[in-house]
Amino acid sequence: MSWLTNFLFSSIGRKLTMSLTGIFLILFLTVHLLGNLQLLAGDGGEKFNLYADFMGQNPLIQFISIGNFFFIFLHAVLGILLYFQNKAASGGGTSRYAVKSTKTTTYSSRNMAWFGTVILVFILIHLFQFWFKMKMTSIPELVTYDGVEVKNLYTLVAATFSNIPFVIFYVVSMIVIGLHLSHGFQSAFQTLGLNHKKYTPIINGLGTAYSILIPLGFAIIPIVFYLTKA
Amino acid sequence: MKIHLKVWRQRNGESKGYLEDHQVEADEHMSFLEMMDVLNEDLVSKKETPVAFEHDCREGICGSCNMVINGQPHGPDSGTTTCQLHMRSFKDGDTVVVEPWRAVAFPVIKDLIVDRSSFDRIIQAGGYISVNTGQAQDGNAIPIEKGRSAFAMDAAECIGCGACVAACPNASAMLFTSAKVAHLGTMPQGEVEQSTRVQSMVKQMDLEGFGMCSNTGACEAECPKGISITNIALMNRQYAGSVLGSEKSV
Ligand code: HEM
Ligand code: FES
Repeated sequence: MSWLTNFLFSSIGRKLTMSLTGIFLILFLTVHLLGNLQLLAGDGGEKFNLYADFMGQNPLIQFISIGNFFFIFLHAVLGILLYFQNKAASGGGTSRYAVKSTKTTTYSSRNMAWFGTVILVFILIHLFQFWFKMKMTSIPELVTYDGVEVKNLYTLVAATFSNIPFVIFYVVSMIVIGLHLSHGFQSAFQTLGLNHKKYTPIINGLGTAYSILIPLGFAIIPIVFYLTKA
Repeated sequence: MKIHLKVWRQRNGESKGYLEDHQVEADEHMSFLEMMDVLNEDLVSKKETPVAFEHDCREGICGSCNMVINGQPHGPDSGTTTCQLHMRSFKDGDTVVVEPWRAVAFPVIKDLIVDRSSFDRIIQAGGYISVNTGQAQDGNAIPIEKGRSAFAMDAAECIGCGACVAACPNASAMLFTSAKVAHLGTMPQGEVEQSTRVQSMVKQMDLEGFGMCSNTGACEAECPKGISITNIALMNRQYAGSVLGSEKSV
């Protein structure tokens, strides 16, 4: 089995892991956003609360969610490790020359690890605010729809986003995710070896659209909650 | 034209280097290396040690005239080696900073000269084709699609200078290695050994201590021969295909 560990720890193997976990997270973000947009349904949270309850009960979703935690962890740990190894291999990254040239690279591609670290901090705070409170405490009160009792996560979201520092924190974090993906999306395909005259322009276009629309969709939620708060 | 040079001086691999200031009276028709020659003649006449830099062909094909000029490998002009760069790309009174390639796998030997034998070892690991020489064969005996041979020729343009490593924020050697992998493996004569070649060359590349590819594209932009990162994608998929698909592991 040493061939397998050699493969996974090789330079290309590690980048393939970054790419595949990154693509998984991209898919996750899409599903996560579609679910969250129900917060804006204008029904006092009924749809969203029932959806959150379903997601919390369904064994398949629970299984995928464990995978999701693991992939975020793997992507983050490996990403930070790559950052330090690359810095060591180059003897100081972009600042190893007396004249720093940034003409040939994009801002996003040079700062992937910084964006990633901000995203990691965001994820930890975000999980504490919603996931932890939902699962481990009795903070969201119960609400009953047609005789079904579920936790009222909607009120917790509304309370959080009535607070301007949190609104700003969420919006800024979404911008950082957008920057991470403006390089990461197309980079993931290049890493997988998908560079093709016909498909690469499509992938690049999709990447640009994705890295703007998805973070925008997420960012709208706290803004709408703040502006329409009672 | 007057050029204010800041040149990297370093006695050997162990000593600490520093940037040294010089004024050079150059001519816009000179190549960058000729301007360096003027500086060195001046230093010799003053009984000082000339700046050590590598050069050989001075016509853009050997890949030895390696300098980072104002932060860019081979200077500001694209698709140009330092020997083909001319002083007309600079203005009278410009300050020009000249440094060696910087990468752990390219240790400095002296001043602007670095040890690029790590590239040689990557080539030794698989950058060749094994055919027994004998009588010259009919050039047209093996039909090859034009697009294929053109792709291989484009990859074969790599002169192994190492500008890709010098330009890469991670000092990754993926562009160099992939150019060799693509050049040799795309043609039928080299295709036979491609599966083991990819594995061996990537393994050696990792052993040499180069960084990993973040797909920034700096290598492709600074390459004096315009080698494309398409080759890196090809190497990535062939590497994965070879490790996972073939029964042989290197
Ligand atoms: C919303 C969550 C995230 C998504 C969707 C995401 C997505 C991606 C994608 C698609 C790539 C490109 C992979 C490649 O180049 O092959 C990438 C690269 C990277 N990610 Fe993330 N990422 C996320 C979170 C994070 C976190 C939390 C960290 C670290 C703390 C991180 C650190 C990195 C680094 C350092 C790279 C660049 C690796 C390299 O090319 O050298 N990411 N990410
Ligand atoms: S001296 Fe040969 S490429 Fe410049």
